[in-house]
Amino acid sequence: MAITKEDIIKKENLVYSRTKLLTEAPLSYCPGCGHGTVHRMLMEVVEEMGIQSETVGIAPVGCSVLAYDFMDIDMQQAAHGRAPALATALKRLMPNKYIFSYQGDGDLAAIGTAETIHAANRGENILVVFVNNGIYGMTGGQMAPTTLPGMKSSTCPYGRDVETMGNPLKITELVAQLPGAYYVTRQAVHTPANVRKTKKALRKALEYQRDKKRGLSFVEVVSNCNSGWKMTPVEANQWMVENMFPFYPLGDLKVPEE
Amino acid sequence: MAKELRLMKGNEAVAEGAIRSGADGYFGYPITPQSEVLEHLMMEKPYEKTGMVVLQAESELAAINMVYGGGAAGKKVMTSSSSPGISLKQEGISYMAGAEIPGLIVNVVRAGPGLGTIQPSQSDYFQATKGGGHGDYRLFVLAPASVQEMFDFVKLAFDFAFKYRNPAMILSDGVIGQMMEKVELSDYIPRWTDEEISKMSSSWATIGKTPDRERNIITSLSLNPNDQEVVNIRIQAKYEKMQNDVMFEKINCDDADYLFIAFGFSSRICQKSIDLACAEGIKVGLLRPITLYPFPTKAIQQMLGQVKGILSVEMNAGQMIEDIKLAVEGKVKVEHYGRMGGVIPSPVEVFDALKQKIIGG
Repeated sequence: MAITKEDIIKKENLVYSRTKLLTEAPLSYCPGCGHGTVHRMLMEVVEEMGIQSETVGIAPVGCSVLAYDFMDIDMQQAAHGRAPALATALKRLMPNKYIFSYQGDGDLAAIGTAETIHAANRGENILVVFVNNGIYGMTGGQMAPTTLPGMKSSTCPYGRDVETMGNPLKITELVAQLPGAYYVTRQAVHTPANVRKTKKALRKALEYQRDKKRGLSFVEVVSNCNSGWKMTPVEANQWMVENMFPFYPLGDLKVPEE
Repeated sequence: MAKELRLMKGNEAVAEGAIRSGADGYFGYPITPQSEVLEHLMMEKPYEKTGMVVLQAESELAAINMVYGGGAAGKKVMTSSSSPGISLKQEGISYMAGAEIPGLIVNVVRAGPGLGTIQPSQSDYFQATKGGGHGDYRLFVLAPASVQEMFDFVKLAFDFAFKYRNPAMILSDGVIGQMMEKVELSDYIPRWTDEEISKMSSSWATIGKTPDRERNIITSLSLNPNDQEVVNIRIQAKYEKMQNDVMFEKINCDDADYLFIAFGFSSRICQKSIDLACAEGIKVGLLRPITLYPFPTKAIQQMLGQVKGILSVEMNAGQMIEDIKLAVEGKVKVEHYGRMGGVIPSPVEVFDALKQKIIGG
């Protein structure tokens, strides 16, 4: 007798399942994209800390604009670049809630540079999750502020020419300079070990909020965009390791002195 | 208890009105001629008295998005600015209208376009009443004509903003903002408690998803055009309902042969022009729209059998006159008189314009 799907889907065979705080909506991200993993880690942390009813997230324009479809918490959708402004107001008005923004590189480091820098500089006690894949994914692969020198995109089809297009902006390094930034780290989610480190960073950041540490937590996740980069997911991860990591080295940029 | 009277600027009255109406937050950015709102708040330190948050943002864009974020949590939040700053806020205002978020925006209008001048104007009438940002939407717009109304309308605007879950605007101008008048201050209304906000707004506000309800999502995005149209139809119906809250004032209208229609500071000028006309035996009334949206269309129509002509007096090139003409439907003569660029017309000028354009014309 042939084995059916029902024979396999049994409680004793379940070793992995959807996180409770992710909804059943199918993710809109391309297969191979890092967003889904970051979503999961963030929601795992919220679940494990038991803070679902106290957490409000903000996702502005970009690939993650529909994050509110996937995260089972109260969420706000912000205009392009403005999430840290919304987060500022939310945290100031509801200081006991956990507030995070979830932003891409175009959003956070181009159109939203002022909001990012000033929220950090004021030391807003929020978490900014920054997913950096060096490209505008949602609009179809245009040059981002973090696009590497020579890297091709639909608006730099011959490669980013730093003479005319400027250099990639290391905004995480800028944020780390500011006295208002409490915890600044750069992680990745392309291997199980890195996924664990990212989760740990997110947990730390939300624990700092819980403990009312004064200042902004900034967790960058260097990620891939296999669709925008026109590669397979495996090639994209390989390319990321070889090209993105040397420019955006992983690790902590600022850790609290405790 | 004795009345609490104070001599204050219009801008200070807005700030005081915010504190006393139980506002939760003010987010601003300096621009002339409205900086006294933020200055007064910082001086008064309401965060120590009522717990109200006061923050100087890095830009008008950030300030309006703070209002969007705070309003989306069911909080009573506001911002203020003047014309060029209000242009910058339009993105956020459009998002608030689309996501149906209450909030208050005060515009102390100066003359434009561009950087224009810091002198008073009413040239943002179109922007305030026709939407302002992108998309089909309206604000609930109140036009104060005195420092007292600058104070009173803050509470009123918050009431309408929450009644309709829609941004409300106080459309003032550089005269009303800067001039000093006596104001009767009302008592402090306590800020809403978390429990009160939860009771009032837990069906939509992002205050944390509790197990007894689905998550609340604040968004103005619909990927499906049919879904977007449902939103459009819903908010348009809401704007239609606002007609029930139209407000206006009629002065000297009972036996008037001619009519001034003017809002804000222009209406104060017209009151003097009425005295001048009276001295010459000419009966002129004033209809002052207090709400610019909803517009007092019916009130104007009710005057049409009585008056022989209408002069729309505005400190602009003629904006409200379009709404007046829509109400009048060609039944009587309607003309505009105004000065631009921050020039304030005198009562004599306005009376002369009435004689030339309406009575003699």
